[in-house]
Amino acid sequence: MTTATFDPVMIRREFPTLEQAVNGRPLVYLDNAATSQKPKVVLDALRSYYEDDNSNVHRGIHELSRRATVAYEESRAKVASWVGANEPSEIVWTRGTTEAINLVSSAWGLDNVGEGDEILISVLEHHSNIIPWQLLARRTGAVIKYIELDEQGRWILDELPHLLTDRTRIVAISHVSNALGTVNPVKRVAAAAHEVGALVLVDGAQGAVHMKVDVKDLGVDYYAFSGHKMCGPTGIGALWARRDLLDSMEPYQGGGEMIHFVGRDESSWATVPHKFEAGTPNIAGAIGMGAAIDFLSEVGMDAIAEHEHKLLGYALERMNKVDGICIYGPQSPDEHSALISFTLGDAHPHDISTILDSEGIAVRAGHHCAQLAMQHFGISATARASIYLYNTESDIDRLIEGLEQVRSIFA
Amino acid sequence: METPQLNSLYQQLILEHYRNPRNKAELEEKSVEIHMANPVCGDEVRLQLRIKNDQIEEAKFVGQGCSISQASISMMTTLLYGCSLADAEILAECFTKMMQGDPDAAKDKRLKDLRALQGVSKFPVRIKCALIGFDALQEALKTYAKEENI
Ligand SMILES: Cc1ncc(COP(=O)(O)O)c(C=O)c1O
Repeated sequence: MTTATFDPVMIRREFPTLEQAVNGRPLVYLDNAATSQKPKVVLDALRSYYEDDNSNVHRGIHELSRRATVAYEESRAKVASWVGANEPSEIVWTRGTTEAINLVSSAWGLDNVGEGDEILISVLEHHSNIIPWQLLARRTGAVIKYIELDEQGRWILDELPHLLTDRTRIVAISHVSNALGTVNPVKRVAAAAHEVGALVLVDGAQGAVHMKVDVKDLGVDYYAFSGHKMCGPTGIGALWARRDLLDSMEPYQGGGEMIHFVGRDESSWATVPHKFEAGTPNIAGAIGMGAAIDFLSEVGMDAIAEHEHKLLGYALERMNKVDGICIYGPQSPDEHSALISFTLGDAHPHDISTILDSEGIAVRAGHHCAQLAMQHFGISATARASIYLYNTESDIDRLIEGLEQVRSIFA
Repeated sequence: METPQLNSLYQQLILEHYRNPRNKAELEEKSVEIHMANPVCGDEVRLQLRIKNDQIEEAKFVGQGCSISQASISMMTTLLYGCSLADAEILAECFTKMMQGDPDAAKDKRLKDLRALQGVSKFPVRIKCALIGFDALQEALKTYAKEENI
């Protein structure tokens, strides 16, 4: 498909979950930043693996195992090219973004971060890009420093030269904020981090979903992302890392699959990436994530980005006209990914979400696992509407109607 | 169009308590204080009681949360003034049963204004909001009893 033929209504039909009524109204799904719905091709890929090829990978000599291994490794290659990796071996399968970050904070962190060393993160981070570093800091005596936010939730980079020192070992930052939708200037920070010899890890959970990612162009060292936010299954995700880093790191977990030779006292490890994949992996998930990438590629990431951008502009324009609304994050659609975080009058976000749900509209309410960002704005929660390729203007119109309903109840 | 269920949830009395919570302040002399939070949604309460001769003399709270949690705690504290510890326990049990959908509990006159929250029982994901204050109360009663026995 090309941009000219991009039709969200057609695309929508590929997603069985979307074809239902909730509380008597057709479902409007605007909680895509939490997890996306899954197209039929992904569900078919899962089914076909279990029905036709089910067996363990890299173990059997038999035909089913061969097929499963081929499909599994082909998916790895798709994921590799999805983020512009040099080779498939730079991709380590994980449970998702969270595990990918924990892998780095443990396997790299414990050997490379010491007392007094510094870890730089931002106030905007998801808890999964805060807590692993706090755990590491607690074990090693390292110090965590923060990039602060301005009033629109953008990083304040004036301080960057002071925040980065010769003690900075790693900078761990998100590509796109799940709490505010801010698209962060990762490339600029990465360049500055490298000047002081720090590594750069990017939490790409909301990045690789909406835009073409090229890790080499970004100039980063690690990129973590999840399958379930980009039309793939839950329980699968990936860590991209520079090959030389993976080669130099100790394993993350020990077990089957990750060894070369096991002796009584000493063992040696399999080559990268298998060294980091102990135990039977989520084979079906990996295959499903490959199918999701095929699906998104066929629709076209440029077309998706353009559609989302237009819809975001429409949503911002309409929502800004709702009396009493307060939209957090960058006000310009150009600095904004496809999600809108807001509060409405004195209606608590949970109440907003309940009222919208009664109209069949799914949004998220809460702190979005970003309590530091909430604290920055002096709030405890927002409501969040997040857009994906299958959303339409009429979904936004329904959202606006729902918000008017909130206003009338909390009048 | 407003669905009838939603009407039963957002009654005027609830919204009124949400906007003008009663007893929302720090207690100077407290016998017991309990902090309860729901990490999933961020609702949070610190309940403070002053107790004398097995009777609650004063009940105050500080915290933040949705209309349901705030209204529930506000209404609860008004009923705790002069309430015996035994009656406070009964109140908490009765309210919890009402949230579990028990129709007899919902008719119990001792719940007074709290009966306005009956509709919450139809919204499973919101029941925790209504219960956070009562969970704090039950915890406070337990803690107080333990401390007194020592
Ligand atoms: C920005 C960001 N980082 C990390 C995560 C964690 O991803 P996962 O739960 O898939 O590991 C999420 C998803 O909730 C996210 O939005």
